[in-house]
Amino acid sequence: MSIITNINKAFDHRIRLGIMSILMVNEYADFKMLKELLSVTDGNLASHAKALEKVEYIKVEKQFIGRKPNTRYSATKLGKIEFKKHIEALEQLIRKSE
Amino acid sequence: MTSSDYLNDIKEIKDLMNKSSRFISLSGLSGIMAGVYALIGAWFARQELLKVYETKTRLYESGQYTGSNDITFKLLAIAAIVLVLAIVTGIILTQRKARKNDEQLFDKTALKLLINFLIPLATGGIFALIILQKGFVGLVAPITLIFYGLACVNASKFTFGHVKYLGLANIILGLIATQYIGYGLYFWALGFGVFHIIYGGLMYIFIERTAK
Repeated sequence: MSIITNINKAFDHRIRLGIMSILMVNEYADFKMLKELLSVTDGNLASHAKALEKVEYIKVEKQFIGRKPNTRYSATKLGKIEFKKHIEALEQLIRKSE
Repeated sequence: MTSSDYLNDIKEIKDLMNKSSRFISLSGLSGIMAGVYALIGAWFARQELLKVYETKTRLYESGQYTGSNDITFKLLAIAAIVLVLAIVTGIILTQRKARKNDEQLFDKTALKLLINFLIPLATGGIFALIILQKGFVGLVAPITLIFYGLACVNASKFTFGHVKYLGLANIILGLIATQYIGYGLYFWALGFGVFHIIYGGLMYIFIERTAK
C-alpha cells in the first residue's frame, strides 16, 4: 500500500512532529525556543532532535553567543520534502478511515 | 493509532506552525481605539484648518498661501499625539491579551512583526517629512496612507493574515487621494479612522469572541 509507505517512521512521535512543524515555517529555531513551544524537558528534546539529525532531516549548528553556547536547528531540504509527504499520507489516512 | 490521534497530530502541527511564526496576540480592540483617536485627531485638525481659512481666505484664493509653519507644526503635533496614544493603547491591550493567552509580549515573532512593520512605516514617515519640506503639503496624506498600507501588508506575514486587507484598502485609498489634493484630511479620517474601526471590530467579533 502506497499510503502506508509514505508514513515516515522518523516522524512517528509528537515531539518530532512538533520540531519539524516549527522548523517548516521558521528559518531556524534555537534550543530554548523549541523547548518553550513544545514544553518538553531538555533531555527529551535533545534525543528527539538527535534522531532527526541522524537521518539528516534537520541541521544542527552549535555556536557561541558571547560566552553562552547556542544550538540552532533548521530543516534540511530533504527533511522538508519528507515531512510534506508524511503529512499528506496522514491526511489521506484520515480521509480513508472516515 | 486511530484516525482521531492522527487528526490531533495534524491539529497540533498547525497550531505550532502558527504559534511559532505568527504573533497572534494583537488586539482587535486596540484597532478600534486607534481609529477613534484618529477621528478625534482629524476633528481637531479640521478646527485648526478652519481657523486658518477664516483668517487667510483671501490670500489662499489668490494662490499665495502655501501653508504657514505655524499650522503645519500644529497639525504635526496632533498627528504625533494620535500616533503615540494609538501605540500606547495598542501595547497595553496586546499585553493584556498576551497574558491571557499565556504568551510573552516580546517574543521573537513579535520582534519580527515589529521590524517588518516599521521598515516601510519609517521610510514613509521620513519621505512624508521630505515632501513637506519641499512644500508639497497636499501629497502628505496620500503618502502616509500608502506607506501605512504597505507596512500592514508587509507585517501581515507575521500576524493575522487579514491585516493585509486593511493594508490594501489603505494603499488604494492613498492612491485615490492623490487625485483629490486638498481633501487629505477626509481621506486620513477614512483610512486611519473608519478603516481601523471596521477592521478592529471585525477582528474582535470574529476572532477574539470565537476564540473563547
